[in-house]
Order: sequence, then structure tokens, then C-alpha cells
Amino acid sequence: MAMLRAPVTARDHILGSEDAPVVLVEYGDYQCPYCALAQPVVRQLLDQAGPDLALVFRHFPLSEVHPMADTAAQAAEFAGAHGVFWPMHEALFANQSRLSPSMIFALVGALGLSQASLQRALALGTYAQKVREDFVGGARSGVNGTPCFFVNGVRHDGAYTFGALAAAISTARRQAMTANQAARQGDATSRL
Amino acid sequence: MAEILPPGRTAPDFRLHVTPDQTLSLSELKGRRAILAFYPADWSPVCGDQVTLYNQLLPEFRERGAELLGLSVDGAWCHQAFAQHRNLHFPLLSDFEPKGAVARSYGAYREGEGVCERALFVLDEKGVIAWSYCSPIAVNPGADGILDALDRMTGTEKSHGDAQGARHSA
Repeated sequence: MAMLRAPVTARDHILGSEDAPVVLVEYGDYQCPYCALAQPVVRQLLDQAGPDLALVFRHFPLSEVHPMADTAAQAAEFAGAHGVFWPMHEALFANQSRLSPSMIFALVGALGLSQASLQRALALGTYAQKVREDFVGGARSGVNGTPCFFVNGVRHDGAYTFGALAAAISTARRQAMTANQAARQGDATSRL
Repeated sequence: MAEILPPGRTAPDFRLHVTPDQTLSLSELKGRRAILAFYPADWSPVCGDQVTLYNQLLPEFRERGAELLGLSVDGAWCHQAFAQHRNLHFPLLSDFEPKGAVARSYGAYREGEGVCERALFVLDEKGVIAWSYCSPIAVNPGADGILDALDRMTGTEKSHGDAQGARHSA
């Protein structure tokens, strides 16, 4: 069973509460068609689970076959540094079939960010290291393609359909609740 | 599943076509670590994902002193087209004639289907197998096992190599 070896930390982009009983970590590539297909599924999972589920997205750009993937990931990080990671993330997937350097700059501009700053960040590779760290952390955790999901740290080897992921999430939620209860009982016992 | 060669065994040498007019032998890599990735077929979906992943991780492999070789029974021209299509920056070796002979010598040949197993071997600087793994044929084994094996060799490299060498000459 492959386990997530790079724990979720403050460096991650997290949608929802980091204290949510279930954290879904997705490794993805903005040019991967399967990742784009998984986006509505992830949205639906978040809507259904509400505060019980948080999403972390990490980059896994396969840039040798997806020439725009690395630039897109760095642009998402650039947006993240300006507090708009998730809108950029969604815009990149929504425009996947037309991704090009000019499209990426247009998306950044549409979010009210400076295109000149993005150009500088890309030229300097300001966010390249972070993207690479995501990639290598994923590879070390057994990510073998995209998208790849981890549910509370355990790699989801089933399909990335709504049904399969929802089932994995609900099992993880039950386990988290049980563990929580046991911990509370342990606390109570130790106070006696 | 075939019984692949285990750690501690010397990796059998070979010389195979790496392009239609060039050959490469394992002994040419002596002094460097090597990763041998046997896989069933160019162009198949799982193999495509696997080689694409390894291609992206070449800096991590090289940082750990290792060269990556891919091996299958496909011909050199087929390898050339596949490597170009996938932008691969590591050699694909053609275990084509006699078909699968090298894979057989590693215990990594599937007789019924006539293709290589999806098998990984990490070799130390002396050409001794430090780690090997045979994945279920339809499962992309990823790269975590390879990187872990290379990291275990780092630091303990010398004593490990000596111990393996000693066991071997004994």
C-alpha cells in the first residue's frame, strides 16, 4: 500500500480546513486530460462532504510529454503567492485544450495580477523549485501517473470516479471519527 | 510470475542494439550504478506512463550516480520512434535477437506472451544487483522503490559493495 511520504504542511495549497477529518491530496498536471476530467469529480466530492473534506493540490507536471505543464504549474504558484491559487488552478483546467504561453498570461491578467511579474518569475524560475519538490515528493510516495489521489495519506488505487473516491473518503472519515473517539476516551481515562 | 534474479547476484552482461546502428553493453557502465527497467512493450499505455515518469526523474537518478536503461523485445526502429514520440532522454535497448535472451538471463521473460516482465533491477558500481522487483504486468511500479534502493546504497556504498563482492568471489 503506497503512502504519502510528504506530509501536508503550510507550503501546500489547501481548500477547506486542515483540521478536516479527511484530507484528499491530488497530484496533477494542468495539461493531463485525465486530470481535467477529474476536476468536476473533485468539485462534487467537496460539495458533498462539506467541512469534512479538505483538498490539497500538488504539481506533477510530465513536461516531456506536456510542454506547457511546467509553465502552467509555475504560473499557478505565482498566483498562489498572490493569494489566488485556486481561481488560477480552475482557470488552467478550464482552458486546458487551449493552453499556451499567451493563454497563461491572459489568465493571470484576468485575475488582476501583473503579467510582467509573471514573466520575471518564470525567467528567474522563482517557483520552479517548489514545483519540482512537489514532483519528487510525489514520485517518492508512489505517484506513477496523473491524476493520483491520496485519501488521508493512503494512495487511492481505485478508479477516480465519484463513486470510488466517495467510498474511499467515507471509509477514511469513519476511521478518523473512531480514532478521534478513542483518543477522547483515552484522555478521559487518563484524567481519572 | 517469473523468478527474477535477486539482490547479491552479479547482473549478467549483455550487448544490445540501442539504435539501429549502435550497440551498448552493460559492462560499459561499470563504475556507475545502473537501473535496468524491463517492460513488456513500447506504445502500450502502462509502459508509456512508466517510461514517461522515469524520463522526468533522470536528474534524481543521475544525482544518485545511476544510469537508466529501458529494455524490451521491440526492435531498434520501434524503440527509436517510441523514444522520439515520448521525448525520452535515456537509452532503450532492443532484446530482439535472439528474442528475449537478455530478459531470460535475468528471469524476466514471459514465455507465453513472448514479452519481458515489468521488472526493475538496481545495480551497484560493480554490476551486482542491489535491489530487484517484479511488478504485476498491468501495474506501473512507479519510481519510489528505485529511489529508495539508491538511497540505501548511498553512504553505505563502499562496505555494501565490498560485502557483495566478497560474497561473490567466495
